[in-house]
Amino acid sequence: MRQTLIIAGRELSAYFATPVATVFIVIFLVLQGTLTFNMGNFFDRGQADLVPFFNFLPWVFLLLVPAITMRLWAEERRVGTIELLLTLPITQGQAVLGKFLAAWAFCAIALALTFPIVLTVRFLGAPDMGVVATGYLGALLIAGAFLSVGSAMSALTRNQVIAFVLGVAICFLFAAASYPLVTDFLSRNTPSLAEVARSFAIVDRYQAFTRGIIALRDLVFFATFIGFWLFLTTVLVDQRKAD
Amino acid sequence: MSGTGQTVLIEIEGLTKRFGAFTAVDNVSFNVSKGEVLGFLGPNGAGKSTTMRMLAGFMIPTAGAARILGHDVQSDGVAARTVLGFLPEGAPTYGEMSVTGFLKFCARIRGYRGSELTDRVAHALGLTRLESVRLQPVETLSKGFKRRVGLAQALLHDPPVLVLDEPTDGLDPNQKHEVRTLIDQMRPEKAIVISTHILEEVDAVCTRAIVIAAGKVVADATPAELHKMAPSGKLDDVFRQLTLEAA
Repeated sequence: MRQTLIIAGRELSAYFATPVATVFIVIFLVLQGTLTFNMGNFFDRGQADLVPFFNFLPWVFLLLVPAITMRLWAEERRVGTIELLLTLPITQGQAVLGKFLAAWAFCAIALALTFPIVLTVRFLGAPDMGVVATGYLGALLIAGAFLSVGSAMSALTRNQVIAFVLGVAICFLFAAASYPLVTDFLSRNTPSLAEVARSFAIVDRYQAFTRGIIALRDLVFFATFIGFWLFLTTVLVDQRKAD
Repeated sequence: MSGTGQTVLIEIEGLTKRFGAFTAVDNVSFNVSKGEVLGFLGPNGAGKSTTMRMLAGFMIPTAGAARILGHDVQSDGVAARTVLGFLPEGAPTYGEMSVTGFLKFCARIRGYRGSELTDRVAHALGLTRLESVRLQPVETLSKGFKRRVGLAQALLHDPPVLVLDEPTDGLDPNQKHEVRTLIDQMRPEKAIVISTHILEEVDAVCTRAIVIAAGKVVADATPAELHKMAPSGKLDDVFRQLTLEAA
């Protein structure tokens, strides 16, 4: 575990050593703020809650999270540092987990910086802070899920653009599975697939958190989902590290 | 093949790597004992780096095995890599980190903490003469300095086995001399493998040389024996004779 955290620490400080961190955080906050206050009719709704904020969050993450993960492994392979990292006395699992945790911590920092929105709601009314807290937990989990997909895509190719596009595409599949457009289409044509799609509907599970519900099966789902994609990352890194 | 009565630290048995139909390394076997500096010679693309990557456990061999201090590099990789200092081809480092920051990261991964960590890093900086640039980001350094940062990382934990892929590439004559002197000083306590295509290096630091061409070992001899293989006695001629025959 110690080695994993050392890798995560190095990785996290690398985000802040380059403009990546600033650009990401600024764009994230601007997008989230604009969407919540303008498109989400935050003030006109007349309700002291964060529903508009949490509704837009998965879609902003969908676009931005693969931008963080695209360099995770692709960059190491391009520069050749993967040869250095993986010949240190660590397992590949530790390297994969360490890099994932760094990206996750980075998302957590970006999320934490949305606190002025929470303060605004508190100033305007009396929001249920429990629901706000579970909403943030859900946001962290959906970020983790997208990050794990992105990390596998980054391990798949040394080209960062491909890693980004594939990451967005696969995350979109899981995100869109919650929406009537997809579920209706599937249940009309292939009802058996509709059930499968619904069980993978990541935004549905996230929305339960934003309503203040923490269900064990949703927690298990996110843990399994992240675990699966990280395992896939480990396999891909092992297969392709020396290509 | 190993020196008589000495401790064998590196064992390579029938190492083979194929990429599709292309065989990059073909059934390479050798041992390296403590006190030996093995020069790994061959033209570009002969399979030097591929062999070293397999020895470092980075590349999975198609067939064969490599062991470092008895630890199989694939099945017991972490133990093998703990006692290995490896300089990958091109000496890759994290460019945005400072020299000290990078070495501290490697030292922490290797389990050092507190004053021991500081001492290890300071010692490695001293050995490779990096003190003057220790706070600079690695990406701002010249090629020779970058190579020495890679070397410092490999020497950090004073490993019994050193595998250095072209350690003197890009260094000026003075720096080359320093690295060779360093290798010579460390020799008695370690098994060292260096790859090179600079033939003068063989006479300068190696106690034994393996010539590899088209993935196969074509010679395994001491420098003196190698010289005798060509009528002219020149290593250049020996090298050309051996590697052109195989290609």
